[in-house]
Amino acid sequence: MSSVPSLVQSVDWLALAPPTLTAAVALVVLVADLFLPAARKPLLGWIATAGLALAALSLLPLLGGDRRTFCLSGHPDVCSYVADPFALVIQFLVLAGALLTALLSVDTIRDHDLPAGEYWFLLLSSAAGAALLPASRDLATLVIALEVASLPAFALVGLRRGDRLSSEAALKFFLSSVAATAVMLLGVSFLYAATGSLHLSRVAHALTALPDPRLATLASAGVALTLVGFAFKTAAAPFHFWVPDTYVGAPLPIAGYLSVVGKAVGFSGLILVTVQGFPSYAGVWGPALAVLAALTMTVGNVAALRQDPRRAHSAVRLLAWSSVGQAGYLLVPIAAAGYLHDPAHAIGSTVAYALMYAAVNLGAFAVAAVVARTRPANRITDYRGLYHRRPLVALALGFFLLCLAGLPPGIIGLFAKVTVFSAAVDAGLAWLAVVMAVNVVIALYYYLQWTTVLFRGAEETAAARAPEAAPAQAPHRTDIPAPLATAIALAAVLGIALSGAPQLVLRFASGALL
Amino acid sequence: MNHTAMQLLLAGLVVLPLVGALAALLPAPPGLRGKNPDQAVLRHGVTVTGVVLAAAIALATGFDHGHPARMQATTDISWIPALGIRIHLGVDGISLPLLVLTALLTFLCALYSYFRMPTGPSPKAFVALLLTLEAGTLATFAVLDLMLFFLAFEMVLIPMYFLIARWGGAHKQAAAWKFILYTLLGSVVMLLGLLLIGVKSGTFDMVALATDNGPKAQLSHTVQLLAVLAIGIGLAVKSPMWPLHSWLPDAHTAAPTVGSVLLAGVLLKMGTYGFVRIALPITPEGMHTFAPYLAALAAVGIIYGSLACLALVRKGAGGDLKRLIAYSSVGHMGFVLLGIASMTPTGVNGALFANIAHGLITGLLFFMVGALKDRTGSTDLDTLARSAPGPRPAGSGAAALLPAPSGAALYARAPRFGGLLAFGAVASLGLPGLAGFWGEMLAMFGAFRPAAGLSRPAFLTFMVLAGLGTLLTAAYLLLVVRRVCMGGSVDLAGAAVLGNPDPDGGTGADPDGTPAPAPALPDLARYEYAAWTPLAALTVLTGLWPAALLGLTDPAVQQLLGGGK
Repeated sequence: MSSVPSLVQSVDWLALAPPTLTAAVALVVLVADLFLPAARKPLLGWIATAGLALAALSLLPLLGGDRRTFCLSGHPDVCSYVADPFALVIQFLVLAGALLTALLSVDTIRDHDLPAGEYWFLLLSSAAGAALLPASRDLATLVIALEVASLPAFALVGLRRGDRLSSEAALKFFLSSVAATAVMLLGVSFLYAATGSLHLSRVAHALTALPDPRLATLASAGVALTLVGFAFKTAAAPFHFWVPDTYVGAPLPIAGYLSVVGKAVGFSGLILVTVQGFPSYAGVWGPALAVLAALTMTVGNVAALRQDPRRAHSAVRLLAWSSVGQAGYLLVPIAAAGYLHDPAHAIGSTVAYALMYAAVNLGAFAVAAVVARTRPANRITDYRGLYHRRPLVALALGFFLLCLAGLPPGIIGLFAKVTVFSAAVDAGLAWLAVVMAVNVVIALYYYLQWTTVLFRGAEETAAARAPEAAPAQAPHRTDIPAPLATAIALAAVLGIALSGAPQLVLRFASGALL
Repeated sequence: MNHTAMQLLLAGLVVLPLVGALAALLPAPPGLRGKNPDQAVLRHGVTVTGVVLAAAIALATGFDHGHPARMQATTDISWIPALGIRIHLGVDGISLPLLVLTALLTFLCALYSYFRMPTGPSPKAFVALLLTLEAGTLATFAVLDLMLFFLAFEMVLIPMYFLIARWGGAHKQAAAWKFILYTLLGSVVMLLGLLLIGVKSGTFDMVALATDNGPKAQLSHTVQLLAVLAIGIGLAVKSPMWPLHSWLPDAHTAAPTVGSVLLAGVLLKMGTYGFVRIALPITPEGMHTFAPYLAALAAVGIIYGSLACLALVRKGAGGDLKRLIAYSSVGHMGFVLLGIASMTPTGVNGALFANIAHGLITGLLFFMVGALKDRTGSTDLDTLARSAPGPRPAGSGAAALLPAPSGAALYARAPRFGGLLAFGAVASLGLPGLAGFWGEMLAMFGAFRPAAGLSRPAFLTFMVLAGLGTLLTAAYLLLVVRRVCMGGSVDLAGAAVLGNPDPDGGTGADPDGTPAPAPALPDLARYEYAAWTPLAALTVLTGLWPAALLGLTDPAVQQLLGGGK
């Protein structure tokens, strides 16, 4: 159908640096693993962390302008890879999120005897895919990036060998994700058949005026199936059921990684296809996403509310369900974009919210990792009296939870919610704003309940646990390892800095990113 | 005083308590350690709130009393350009009295806790929360940006929640949850209304919005209706307006003394202040439509509050004195809302006056009830008024006025304490010459002649209902005085027949001649004098010289109602 493009495309390696560097370091780690003696395996972690930091730094030279590469010859506007502000912000989120995850992982790998080489390789590969995705501007690259980001994640979830929960989690995650990919591929092929192109800008153009009106049904089916695929990836209700079990079964840092980077990948893909690919179908995906958003936040928050704090792993379960609820908030501006003339403006709210969420949610997971070292069951009741044992850690967790709830002193959480609300109000989605308001209150209940547990007196807990805990707490277990402490400190400093100067992330909500 | 100094004072009012809260969490520096860490941190609380009070008084002195309608000490700097949020602070005749009241009450609370720390976990957190609470309340009254207002409004939630949940009495957890969930649901709805205004008009600046929405209103009628509805719900929960008040009695009953004082004295005022500052000037048309409903609910609140109090004060009802004062707050705030709903300068001035009066008087009453609980171990009215073992015949109404021989009459056991409690009760019922009188009278005057376009017959009905409410208020407060101060058994039926003046007359006559059969209670301690005298003195002062306050508020109110001209 389409003319055969010239095979020689310009390649701007500088623009490609963030995902490429990550992938290259992944290979270095894999090879180095073969030659390092077991005693020196921790070195791999530091290589990986340094690689992620380097990849994040490689974003700096790109800040200036819109770099494009892999463009069709003769059509400099139609490119497969674009390093525009949107791509850079999401890449920063992904790489910084992966960096924090890496800091959390260092001790988890040692304590749980996870295979270090595989672990770091898989984490970096997944991060490379996630960094590629926001910059990709054609459907094929998008699907490939999505798979590169997800496939290593299945393996990471199932990495705890011999653990039934872990294998079950990996299987659930794998099956639901593969189903999503299959559906999405079908949608993409329909779209290709209907429009004759895979580049988002061309698809968008072709959808406004299809070459053959009889293809309209095929095109609509393609749009719907592609969106369903992304809804799976973002864990939007009713495609969210894999989340809690996967998070509980996965190693803790990976759960945090999935909740932040996994979500960022799903959302940036969704933003790209809706706003860049199918703007002419805004009348369809706008309302559909609005309904999905309402459903997702309600399901997630109600389920989080019903978690029994005494159940094993209830802390991670609560974070898992609350991340489903937060995904609902993230969907709101995308839905609002369907109602606005200037959709790029609305999605900035999602980006701003995602940045805030990434910092504080990873912080919360980092504290959960600290607690899990002495209390492997990681029940919410295990956090009782944390303030008396570790005041700073408890204050940090309290701050993260209040940021997630959106209450002062978590000012950034509050204003991130305000931008999401204002996107909804601006688009005239009053009902969605009201649903979200109710959800914010529900969410506050469980976040605050957890916060109060932190500060509750530890007297009887300490008394009850003293005999059993004393021998278990070997000296090296009671002090927080440096990487974990760094991760918590980084997240807390980010959160506090953003609370003082919310403009740092909220400026994305006002400027056009795409 | 020059402008910069005023600016610094106002900014300091908001920032100082926050810095103090952070400092309270750190270990005391050498030289300030005091006798022990607890004492040091409590003293730190007194110092910081004292400095804040001094700054508030300096601000009030430097305030140009010739132009109370003009925003003074204004600071206006950009904070979050992305959302158009500016740090815009300023003070005018409406907010100045509230700022001073907040600073005063918090200082008195800190002083009181220094000598009588509520039972609970460490005082360190207590002082930090108290100071954060103060910062939030002061910020609410000082900011002129809708989003900052919302931020300040939310800022008080967490500290108050913890004050109730950690230092409170029975059922504290449930009460704290009820408080925060109600208020949060209200304030999130309010946020939607504020955003609607911001999105439709393009600015969050209260001064600009108030100025523009005179005759050349930018906001369409529908937008105003929706905005007032959303914002009104949020403010009404906080105020509280019947039927959204049910968090209040529980929260007050469970809260520690200091929490109750601040809750009644300042936090409730944030709701009514919002009505005056946001709803009236920015969305006048919407407010005009909803004013009759607001007035109706306010009138119901007045009657409901006093009936609930009458039910609580009944003998054998097991009523709690703290709960009773909380319900009386519902009634008093009903007057404030009625005044606002009249949309006339008279009514709104009355509302603002009643705001301050309620803060002074109810603050004093909650202080005293807390102290009473510390002394007797109970706030149960039946226990406090425990009478002779056998039930007295109902017919002997006159005899019932005398204290029972073995009663726990406060007059006999702690005469000064009893006297001050009676003073508070009498002030609360609106005796002319004390602060409670003017606000409620002006609010009723406002309802007597509401703004043009509002249904006069309807408002006359509300005024009559409010008038009936004052009678009922007098009835239950005098019954409280009689039961708690004089002891003796009074059944409600007998009291209602006897009418109001009798117990009032009895207040002065009875205590001296009666011997004290029950073990004496410690009378007013020195720190209690220190904490309560300012409140009592100001109650008398504002009662005798209302012009001091009305002169400040009236020009500002005229300007707000006139569309900023």
